[in-house]
Amino acid sequence: MFKIVLKTILTPSVSLMKIYAPNVVKHAKPGQFIVLRTDSDSERIPFTIAEANQDDQTIAIIFQVVGASTLKLNQLKENDYILDFAGPLGKPSQIDGLKKVCVIGGGLGCAIAYPIAKALHNQKTYVHSIIGFRKKELVFLSSEFKDISDCFDLVTDDGSAGKMGLVTTLLKALLDQDNTFDEVFAIGPLVMMKAVSELTKQYGIKTIVSMNPIMIDGTGMCGGCRITVNNKMRFACVDGPEFDGHQVDFDEAILRNKMYESAERKAYDHACHLLKEVQNDQ
Amino acid sequence: MINKSMIKNHMITQKPEKRIHNYREVSQGYTNEQALDEAKRCLECKNKPCVKGCPVRIDIPGFIHRIVEHDIEGAYQIIRASSLLPAVCGRVCPQETQCEELCVRKLKGESVAIGHLERFVADYHSQNNTDKPIIVPTNGIKIAIVGSGPAGLSCANDLVKKGYQVDIYEALHIPGGVLVYGIPEFRLPKAVVEREISALIKQGVNIYTNVIIGKTLTIDDLFTMGYRAVFLGTGAGLPKFMGIPGEMLNGVYSANEYLTRINLMKAYDGVSKTPIQSAQRVAVIGGGNVALDAARWAKRLGAKTVSIIYRRSRTELPARYEEVVHAEEEGIIFRMQTNLQRIIGDDFGFVKKIQCVEMTLGELDDSGRARPIEKPGSEHFIDVDSVIMAIGTTPNPLISQSTIDLKTNQKGCIITTNNTGLTTKDMVYAGGDVVTGSATVILAMGAGREAAQAIDEKVTSDIFKKPPNI
Repeated sequence: MFKIVLKTILTPSVSLMKIYAPNVVKHAKPGQFIVLRTDSDSERIPFTIAEANQDDQTIAIIFQVVGASTLKLNQLKENDYILDFAGPLGKPSQIDGLKKVCVIGGGLGCAIAYPIAKALHNQKTYVHSIIGFRKKELVFLSSEFKDISDCFDLVTDDGSAGKMGLVTTLLKALLDQDNTFDEVFAIGPLVMMKAVSELTKQYGIKTIVSMNPIMIDGTGMCGGCRITVNNKMRFACVDGPEFDGHQVDFDEAILRNKMYESAERKAYDHACHLLKEVQNDQ
Repeated sequence: MINKSMIKNHMITQKPEKRIHNYREVSQGYTNEQALDEAKRCLECKNKPCVKGCPVRIDIPGFIHRIVEHDIEGAYQIIRASSLLPAVCGRVCPQETQCEELCVRKLKGESVAIGHLERFVADYHSQNNTDKPIIVPTNGIKIAIVGSGPAGLSCANDLVKKGYQVDIYEALHIPGGVLVYGIPEFRLPKAVVEREISALIKQGVNIYTNVIIGKTLTIDDLFTMGYRAVFLGTGAGLPKFMGIPGEMLNGVYSANEYLTRINLMKAYDGVSKTPIQSAQRVAVIGGGNVALDAARWAKRLGAKTVSIIYRRSRTELPARYEEVVHAEEEGIIFRMQTNLQRIIGDDFGFVKKIQCVEMTLGELDDSGRARPIEKPGSEHFIDVDSVIMAIGTTPNPLISQSTIDLKTNQKGCIITTNNTGLTTKDMVYAGGDVVTGSATVILAMGAGREAAQAIDEKVTSDIFKKPPNI
């Protein structure tokens, strides 16, 4: 059992949890993930590590309620326990030797982009952060990003916070003004990572994306997380989760993510219904 | 008095039309009368040919003789002297290619049903035994076992009996390895596995789940933590794909994923939150036990048609004979001498049909089996909405990648010295599928025992050489 030592609501649908897990913290590095199971009926769900804190031996995860399983996780409070918590899994981000980097986070992807940006900042890399959300109410980690960035931009689709537009609008403007980067890290929804990768390809800037496909064990056993990279089959859990965005077949990954869409929708509606019944009873 | 019947006693089984609607065990085991009758078919040959066919050399005529004498517990003790998991092996061993193949009764009729008798004895023991576990005082020497499948469990059992302090590390959230995530409930009830594992825990073995050695902790961490030796029984868990078009479509599963969703995550159960596709027409590629397990689960989950697609003929099917018979009774279609060429999807990325080709059998290949050759012009399509790849697995590279002084061969299998399991890294031993590539429960168990013996000898001789640093 793994204790939740802190829970913070970042936005109405996004929460941060710090979980006491000394074993997992020991070797955890930015870019890696954990797999957890809330209780004995739950799925195994992968979450990228938002922070591995060696001082208090905790792993932080940031998650959005998107389905029945994250809804259940979000019902847990501080001092509650998570049944299973395993990691760190996947390969760490490769950040050695980078001098100037653009880190792009889209929506929940900001939770994954932040520890990478922070690690880059700590090794004195010049960090230009661009974080994007649909609207003001969904913005989180904005001040944290600002603190560790040499240059910081916030964009929203509707302009309700920061500049109006998409992360790619801003990135294109930067690149057209002859800004250049050793590498771009783009982490967010598949469509965003695809758009960033297509853009940077034109400018010849290496781009790393973090894939979060459907998986069960996270150790290479199920092969459910397979994606095509450079025309070869790769398992995101053991070969990734980070890959060269110019080589990833995003269209295929987008289709594969829809495998259980109808089942998930049904499970989520059912869970919401149950939750309402419980609330009505109280 | 020898029973001269030419045929075996057959276990009572659930009727096929009934069992495809549940997931309870198919075979119900022998009654006392059947067991006695079957035991009397054994000729008690002096040279015991059957024993030579058993990878762990169980004294087969010895335990069968005890059954004839109505001493079932005595029979159990004979089996248990050589095998840790008789209730498991009685159910899943390929007896027809091991002990039963060499049975003299087979010259004229059917062999003695050794597997059925082993199972009977093991189940009798678990129902009637009230013995307290024998706890050996610990010698304080810590040994780490990585992986809680058949190899790790049997290695742990032998070492704890010699007084070592044994800790097992398991990556998944439940111990048992392939016995839990791979083999279905209807063939090996999970209660049987739980019983064997709880017996080990009662003897003082600790099992730590959710620890991925190679990631959470490295092998060197284990030595730093004070373990004197490490045994790797991590199995062959990485699924193979064919490298053909369409393998990325939704509805294509590795058998590992399909079976893990069902067996480990209980996707068949309404309470479990792990989803599984409810496919109507399923093609399973491969002819081993894993392929049959997946096919029979698909049937139980409501598929209308389930086909096994296998390149060679029925006689070459690597699956256990009993499972082939059961699968046929359940209406699984066997498309033999057929190979999958590509998988075709619909506009939404889901499987729609497969293109197959017929195969003829040529001369024997390196594996000693007839080489399948494509028959030109025999390409044909089969409408399916799910394809399950059961064409084998390779060892997981997480440990070898994180341990530079641990050498593997081209297939990713850990290299060991014969009969000891010693790897290229000092005090690190390995056994089971991680060394051999995917094989059987009984071979993994045998390897676990050999390594336990080798670890004990090495640790003991080291102690005599120099005083331990306590």
